[in-house]
Amino acid sequence: MSEALLEEPVFEAVPRWRQLLGRLLRNRSAVAGSTVLLILVLLAAFAPLIAPYDPFKINPAQRLMPPGALHWLGTDEVGRDLLSRIIHGTRYFLLICAVTASISASIGTVLGLIAGAGSSLTDGIIMRMIDILLAFPYILMVLVVVAILGPSLWTGMAAVGIAGIPGYARLVRSAVLTIKAEDYVVSVRALGASEAEILFRTVLPNVLSPLIVYLSFATPLAALLASALSFAGLGTQPPAPEWGAMLVNSRTYLFSAWWAVAAPGTALFISIFGMNILGNGLRDVLDPRS
Amino acid sequence: MGRYVLKRLLLLVPVVIGIMLITFLMKALIPTDAATAIYQGQLSEQDAAQAIAALRAKYHLDLPWYEQFLLYVGDLAHGDLGESIRLRKPVIDEIGYRYVNTILLTGAALAIALVVGLATGILAAARRNTWLDVTATTIGLFGISMPAFFFGLLLILLCSVWLRILPVVPHGPLAIVLPAVALGLIEAAPLSRVARSSMIDVLRRDYIQAARARGASEIALILCHALPNALIVVLTVVGLQIGNLLGGAFIVETIFSWHGIGELAVNAIQWRDFALTQAIILISAVTYLVINLVADILYAWLDPRVELVS
Repeated sequence: MSEALLEEPVFEAVPRWRQLLGRLLRNRSAVAGSTVLLILVLLAAFAPLIAPYDPFKINPAQRLMPPGALHWLGTDEVGRDLLSRIIHGTRYFLLICAVTASISASIGTVLGLIAGAGSSLTDGIIMRMIDILLAFPYILMVLVVVAILGPSLWTGMAAVGIAGIPGYARLVRSAVLTIKAEDYVVSVRALGASEAEILFRTVLPNVLSPLIVYLSFATPLAALLASALSFAGLGTQPPAPEWGAMLVNSRTYLFSAWWAVAAPGTALFISIFGMNILGNGLRDVLDPRS
Repeated sequence: MGRYVLKRLLLLVPVVIGIMLITFLMKALIPTDAATAIYQGQLSEQDAAQAIAALRAKYHLDLPWYEQFLLYVGDLAHGDLGESIRLRKPVIDEIGYRYVNTILLTGAALAIALVVGLATGILAAARRNTWLDVTATTIGLFGISMPAFFFGLLLILLCSVWLRILPVVPHGPLAIVLPAVALGLIEAAPLSRVARSSMIDVLRRDYIQAARARGASEIALILCHALPNALIVVLTVVGLQIGNLLGGAFIVETIFSWHGIGELAVNAIQWRDFALTQAIILISAVTYLVINLVADILYAWLDPRVELVS
């Protein structure tokens, strides 16, 4: 009997990441969202080759030209080609996403891990600090940091990144607390693993799923806020072709040249939309409860 | 109930002090203070230096920060928020009417968000997995992806230029329509999502099946039996959304020239007007805390299962 069992064909275990990748590729919204993101990355990487004009080149003779054969998306109030500025704007957009997400996720994760895994004293201290920060509406935190550092691309990104820290910290802490109580962690501890081993080899990999899902929803929000800051004059400053900053001057010409407002606005909307549906797809694949 | 409210109010004290300290420390970190910024490039170097010194002394900018903080807290205790260095008048005079304007705007926007968000959320849940549900969910996804400033500009273009149903610069009661619609519709999107999922959750419960078995009509089932329970979850989200509304207000007020504290905040930061910025942040944070407290108390009052312990 036992020999018969041993001779049963053994299924080779498919690595977890390949299972997930397969499910991700079968998920329509994940594929659509990744396509948008991929196009953004390609546009950003090859911006100087793809863009038909210099995004900074002023041409007063061709100011506020409607979309046409010469300028596909028209020109702005000083005659710069809007398509070229949109294409170069992808660099700012991706930079903002990457920098804000790195700041919030890295610091937030470390704080959350320390709070969730540390003594009740460190947990108490960190969580009271996080509570005070969370009592601040997100936007006010951003404004505080911008007020301190002064308006610019980098301070805008820093502000949005810092304001995102408490959210990540709280998420990671509660995930760590849940996972710590799971049977498999208790078993690993019973087998004699050290606390550090448990934290980094058992708990952390299991925190990754909720972390990635949160990241995919928090990043587009952060990017929206960063361009809103630029739009209000508190972030990236003109003449940089950042999409929010492009509207600072064009909005004055809303009635005569709607395309100068519509082009960057639509670019931002499509990019955020793509990231949000990618987030939906990731959540479906990574979060078994949904 | 009374004890719970008192306890929650007492818990606010350290948070408020924390907020005051954070906003106060901002100043220690600001590289150019307002006194320098205000005269930059306007006067000859010597005159400017004198004027700056006078201003610094007047506003205690020359004292160490902790003494300034104690002075500030002392003033706050007397209801004095300081004086705007740029507008040259007490901060409270400027913030007072703008605060009322922002409350009006966010109140109107919240009403729109609730009506639109609840209606679409309930409809989507009741007709789950039909084209109605898919449409509502897709529009919701559009809503959370839409930059508030772009949506605001599109609304102006649509209503004032293409349809001509509103003047380009509306006056009087008309002025609130577009900003409230812009802010309300954007906030309706997340609200609709929450309403849909909590409604679906409630509609699955046994007591709904029991009511259905007793012959309750579909409309009565949704509005009388399921909605009150679904609203409990929605309420907590509304409390948290007030923060988003305040955040959205800073953009929407700027676009529509609505003279609220959001617009003032943007100006105050650009002017480096410290007293003004600090007062706006303090007032907004406290408003947010109080609204969340009220939401929590309402929540506990509506749902007997939630015990009022902290």
